[in-house]
Amino acid sequence: MRHLLRTPAGIAGTLLVALMVILAIAGPLIWGAEAERIDSAVILQGASAAHPLGTDNLGRDILARVLVAGRLSLTLAMIATLIGATAGVILGALPSVLPRRGARLVTGTVNALVAFPGLLLAMFTAVIAGLGARGAVLGIGAAIAPGFARLTQTLAASVAGADYVAVARMLGVSRWRVMTRHVLPNIAEPLILQLTQVLGGALLALAGMSFLGLGVQPPSFDWGRLLFDGFGRIYATPAVALGPAAAIALAGIGFNLLGDVLARAASRRATPTDAAAGRAVPEVGELGEPDPDAVLEVRDLTVTFPGGVTPVRGLSLTIAPGEIVGLVGESGSGKSLTAAAIGGLVPYPGEVSAGRLRMCGADVRELPEDECRKLLGTSLAMVFQDPMAALNPALKVGGQLAEVATVHQGASRAEAFARAVDRLEHVRIPEPAARARQHPHELSGGMRQRAVIAMGLMGAPRLIIADEPTTALDVTVQREILRLLREVTDETGAATLFISHDIAVIGELCHRVVVMYAGRVVEELPVGELASGAAHPYTRALVASLPDMETDRSLPLASIPGRQPSPAEVPGGCAFADRCELASAKCAELPPLIPYRAGHRVACWEAK
Amino acid sequence: MIIKNLTVRFGAFTAVDDVTLEIPDGAIVGLVGESGSGKSTLARAVSGLVPYTGVVEGVDPSRVQMVFQDPLTSLDPRMTIGASVAEGLRLPRAARQAEVERLLTLVSLPVALAERYPRELSGGQRQRVAIARALGVRPALLIADEITSALDVSVQGAVLNLIRSLREEIGLSMLFISHNLAVVRYVSDVVAVMHRGRLVEAGPTEEVVKAPSDAYTRSLLDAVPRLARS
Repeated sequence: MRHLLRTPAGIAGTLLVALMVILAIAGPLIWGAEAERIDSAVILQGASAAHPLGTDNLGRDILARVLVAGRLSLTLAMIATLIGATAGVILGALPSVLPRRGARLVTGTVNALVAFPGLLLAMFTAVIAGLGARGAVLGIGAAIAPGFARLTQTLAASVAGADYVAVARMLGVSRWRVMTRHVLPNIAEPLILQLTQVLGGALLALAGMSFLGLGVQPPSFDWGRLLFDGFGRIYATPAVALGPAAAIALAGIGFNLLGDVLARAASRRATPTDAAAGRAVPEVGELGEPDPDAVLEVRDLTVTFPGGVTPVRGLSLTIAPGEIVGLVGESGSGKSLTAAAIGGLVPYPGEVSAGRLRMCGADVRELPEDECRKLLGTSLAMVFQDPMAALNPALKVGGQLAEVATVHQGASRAEAFARAVDRLEHVRIPEPAARARQHPHELSGGMRQRAVIAMGLMGAPRLIIADEPTTALDVTVQREILRLLREVTDETGAATLFISHDIAVIGELCHRVVVMYAGRVVEELPVGELASGAAHPYTRALVASLPDMETDRSLPLASIPGRQPSPAEVPGGCAFADRCELASAKCAELPPLIPYRAGHRVACWEAK
Repeated sequence: MIIKNLTVRFGAFTAVDDVTLEIPDGAIVGLVGESGSGKSTLARAVSGLVPYTGVVEGVDPSRVQMVFQDPLTSLDPRMTIGASVAEGLRLPRAARQAEVERLLTLVSLPVALAERYPRELSGGQRQRVAIARALGVRPALLIADEITSALDVSVQGAVLNLIRSLREEIGLSMLFISHNLAVVRYVSDVVAVMHRGRLVEAGPTEEVVKAPSDAYTRSLLDAVPRLARS
């Protein structure tokens, strides 16, 4: 309810609709007698103090009549909407329940009806059903039904494709039951929203019908009828027509605004609003002197979202040139947001804070904006899980690569394109010149990922961030991409941060491994020690639970009981403690990340 | 049961090309292949979700059940766990409660979860609910289509252990589909490899893994990332 009153449109819509409802209830009680009182002394008058909107041909006060007509207008609109919506939902749902042939027939009929102009359909029905309010309501109902049927059908089709509907069918649940138990409850919300908007439309359409003389007949009157009666006098005494017209417009606007705001509120995912609550304070430690050799040096990186959600908590990371560091963690560990924070890509309303965020010898937060953009544009290459997200589907591959050179390096278009082709060839894309002229969708998944890597190679990358770059690829393609990443790192001397949930992939590619759990680094170790030299119980459990080609099939696989705490509910002490076999009373205090052996650090009180 | 000369065509495209595969009673047959190899289409054909030519012998199609990759989309978000599991049960109302409890216990979940909604469970728990629901109709064949691909490694183990214990305890026959060879090797008695719609190799797990006869199988095995264990 709160979001209704947050925007001007929401406030206006709510007020107008409330006003209309009050008018419909109270109007006839207050002004009913006044609206019917015939006064032959004041026939066909214009606006005056006694009659602000003038009088009609029997001397009745038009303002009173407008206020009284609200009830009939709204009631008829509501009945028409209900008729239309009921018929529409039934028509729309039928194809999911009927056998194939019947379903096609219904779908075809709905398609034909949707193509038919609504007002014509309404008039046609109204003429057949008989002149008057009943005919008009049925007509508008008939005009509303096809749209509703189409919406229901589309929504139902999207739910019908869901796995749980396939499961229900396999379990032998009847079509009818699938419809009522699975489909309708899951599409009810958008349908109800649609009702509000349609109600506004029905109100306008009914007024239109009455205005054309096809609707309400005297002695009854609605706003459309009043407009019809007053329209002939619009040049002589405009107020008599403008009153009902304004009422119709206000009601129409009110319902449409309300429907709009409701629909938008429903489509927006609820975000926690209490920004002040539980914001994590970044841990400030001794920063010391910046490491002059490091390409990337991050100290105490924290990413927070409103509502006390802190996915990354005081993370520190250093990468040297030519080094591949693997950042491994399970879903929700904060590894992808770490990458996003380094690349300046944390989505609103996330906030990034860090004791230090140095890249290529400069703190990116202290650089002027254009220099920072240039640094990120030329020195940082990012590769994501879905290459389609990094490539614009509407542009040709070569042009997108060339853009890097024209924007950041001031190359001419021809030079840039030639370089793009050269880079595509470098990542071993066959026929690079031809591929450069193709759109991303014409390339295979592995080829697209190569193209994204080639895009990173347009400049002279000093830092490569690859976030799950092979997760969507087949194993044979994955192997090629991993090889390519290693070659690119060797050849450019760039520092590479490779993020993955797959500890085996990390083990194949990386020199050093950083293990994340619940937003913090729990262990940092040379790759050679990963399999048998890990010190943190979480790292050890991760390695043990991974089946590989040598796992003993006669023994049960290791697994970790419980689940990783979500970023909003990370406990104060060691976050892994309640899943850990070694946990002791000491784990209520947060273990620091301290040296364990050479090049090996661990955050665990129990690590020996 | 046996699948004989099964072919699935979508227009001019042949997704599954003349596949013959036996699934012995009480055995787990692992089916591996890369995306687009036709392994999921084969599964959907056997469970009657897509039309096919060929024969599936030795199993009543209504007794084939399937468990999907993402348990979050395969459970109705508006139904409790208990209601989801009870949905396929053909039992009098009074007996349902007890059966739901039996099924949840069978997949090592606490009975109290029956009152919860899918979003309140972890990924591994949801997947076990999906398995419990499929077991409710006492299937002759359970098809598991990439059931651990959306799970974290730390909970994958529990689901794989469950699969193996189900075979031992209730003699469940299963077609276990995955792109992950290590996972398939761990749970399966027989491994079948698909490539571009065709079955290129099938045999006892250790044989296929140690001495593959097909070149494509070899390239798949070579590509599996390995953690150097000492």
